[in-house]
Amino acid sequence: MKKTENAVWSFFASVKLALITLLILATTSIIGTIIPQKNPPEFYIQNFGPKTAQFFQLLDVPDMYNSWWFTALLLLFSINLIVCTIERLPNVWQMVVMNNLDTPIDRLEKMPTRKIFHGSASRQEMTQRVAAQLKEAGWPSQMEEKTNGTLLFSQKGAWSRLGVYAVHLSILIIFAGAIIGSAAGFKASVMIPEGSSTDTVYEYGSEKPIPLGFNVACDQFSVTYYDDGHTPREYRSVLTVRDSALAAPMTRPIIVNDPLDYRGITFYQSSYQPMQGFGVTITNKTSNASEDFQIPYGKKISWAGTDIEFGLINQQARSRMGDVSHVKFWFSDGQGDPATLWMEDKSTQSLSRQDAEYEITVRQLYATGLQVAKDPGVWVVYFGCSLMLIGLYVAFFLSHRRIWVYITEEAGNSRILLCGASSKNKIGFDKDFAALTERFEKNDVFQNA
Amino acid sequence: MNSSQLLGITTFAYLLSAVLYISIFVFRAKKLGLTATLVTLAGFLINTAGIGMRWYESHQMGIGYAPLSNMYESLVFFAWSIGILYLGIELKYKNKILGAFAMPFAAMAMGLAGLKNQDIKPLIPALQSNWLIAHVVTCFIGYAAFAVASGFAIMYLIKDWREQSGSGGALIASLPDLKVIDDIIHKTLVFGFLWLSAGIITGAVWANSAWGTYWSWDPKETWSLITWFVYAAALHARFTRGWGGKRIAWFAIFGFVSVMFTYYGVNYLLAGLHSYGGS
Repeated sequence: MKKTENAVWSFFASVKLALITLLILATTSIIGTIIPQKNPPEFYIQNFGPKTAQFFQLLDVPDMYNSWWFTALLLLFSINLIVCTIERLPNVWQMVVMNNLDTPIDRLEKMPTRKIFHGSASRQEMTQRVAAQLKEAGWPSQMEEKTNGTLLFSQKGAWSRLGVYAVHLSILIIFAGAIIGSAAGFKASVMIPEGSSTDTVYEYGSEKPIPLGFNVACDQFSVTYYDDGHTPREYRSVLTVRDSALAAPMTRPIIVNDPLDYRGITFYQSSYQPMQGFGVTITNKTSNASEDFQIPYGKKISWAGTDIEFGLINQQARSRMGDVSHVKFWFSDGQGDPATLWMEDKSTQSLSRQDAEYEITVRQLYATGLQVAKDPGVWVVYFGCSLMLIGLYVAFFLSHRRIWVYITEEAGNSRILLCGASSKNKIGFDKDFAALTERFEKNDVFQNA
Repeated sequence: MNSSQLLGITTFAYLLSAVLYISIFVFRAKKLGLTATLVTLAGFLINTAGIGMRWYESHQMGIGYAPLSNMYESLVFFAWSIGILYLGIELKYKNKILGAFAMPFAAMAMGLAGLKNQDIKPLIPALQSNWLIAHVVTCFIGYAAFAVASGFAIMYLIKDWREQSGSGGALIASLPDLKVIDDIIHKTLVFGFLWLSAGIITGAVWANSAWGTYWSWDPKETWSLITWFVYAAALHARFTRGWGGKRIAWFAIFGFVSVMFTYYGVNYLLAGLHSYGGS
């Protein structure tokens, strides 16, 4: 029993498995970039034939990144990470916290990076001088008296040995964040016509209604264009949240890259739809009477209580989306010939009539398309990402550097052994070490051996 | 002088720089060393000025944006990243032969840029975000490191192959020791991996602020992750299994193919959210 346990354990503890898993993840991930994902079953039958389509469904290829086998691969990857960490971290931790003053002297004498000095001062005095030199050079030291000599030790960046484990942990944290997000969050969308509101959004894919628990209205949607007339500059929706928990309705405009966040639910500007309708405002400048209308295209409308009739009798499209750039406005007040005006969308024009001045504003009505997401795991993911970057930096660019100095005395003369080691970046450490020996050489007290 | 003239001169300077470095290697014309470095430095400074000028021009047009938004601008920035990275490597290793395997990438990037549409076009709403700058800068510094690493990998394989077949000769002997090349490849890969990770993360944060989802397995995202897996595998093979030399050199080349597919191939061969990168 013990033996099989060990076999299972060492299977998951092997870096070979990690390498193979990484390469399998890399290779299988390609499939979903070539075969379009999340299309209806008919799509695959049409494009790949019924037999291949059936095979695809069997292996969840149409949604491979959520398939059982891809999830299993990620799970294998995670277990491998955890087991590898459990296997190796204790030893590395030992290296971080170990007392380096216990290092056997004969090991120090054999270190590849070492230098020997002599001095005429006593062991005690020499120890003080060496400690002062080390401190000045940025290597504050600890000291221990040994049977035949004195050992000084100093180190930098011991904790940098943990960098790689921070990276491994960060991957698990990101996975945890993703799981929290998919278990406790949702991705949905909703289309709200200007002037309407909703308390329900619809889940991606399933179209399942999700109640928000509050009400969101689209007061206004606008799309503006650059001077070239067709490249969109900004999509903007003015949203109002109404909630019994709010003292007053909360109104905020949103644009792409600047969503609205309310009670953990975020509303993103994602699309829009022009509607077959227009907002028309007519102001009688003479009497100061004014009225807003929402009218369909091509229908004659009367302003109640006046003789005024108006409508939109022609339009020019801006794009295939159905945006209108200009409309032809028709106006009659029962006196003289009716007037017609070509008006730009979202513009105001004056109209002089026999006994009054009018101001007319026309704008196309839209529905705004919002993506609505709730993801309580996102901060966990961001934390994991930050940890990963810090961990990678530490793991790649910082090293654990250790310096020992062993001082012995023979017939009134001291012998000083200076040696050191680094967990990585040997070349960089050799420079540090050279700088330190140079410091010793410049001091008259020490003579090269 | 406008940005497209400046960037035209940059293309020429990088091409000249590549030719000079290759000459230093092939004809062992060590005398050209200083000229090569000066041409590269001048090219890099003009490249910088060109990017700055294009930024300024976009402001003049009333649509000011950091010039990192389309294929042309990203190729120009790619060349810039290779330029600065290579100059740093030359300064550190004091070896000009490395340039023969690095600067051709900068020249190629600028050459490709010349084939792209160079119009300054206003940014569509999705691209109007400061994350655009962070994302593009981090990604391309990483890509530049991987390009240079693959160049050095080619150098390693050439030297290794000629030495194995006993046909080394003075030319091959003038290349740095295999051990040194191996070390440079490794350091460059590590550097690139850190920046690639940062590039993927900044992309995810941006996606979340624009669309409400930090990861959607769109082809570009997926390919960046594939590339990340490949380099992660290479680094683990080295750290824990002692892989080095030829095998890591092949990994560096293979990884760069994946980088190029992420950057270039996806835009033309696969459809996805990153479609604006194509024009």
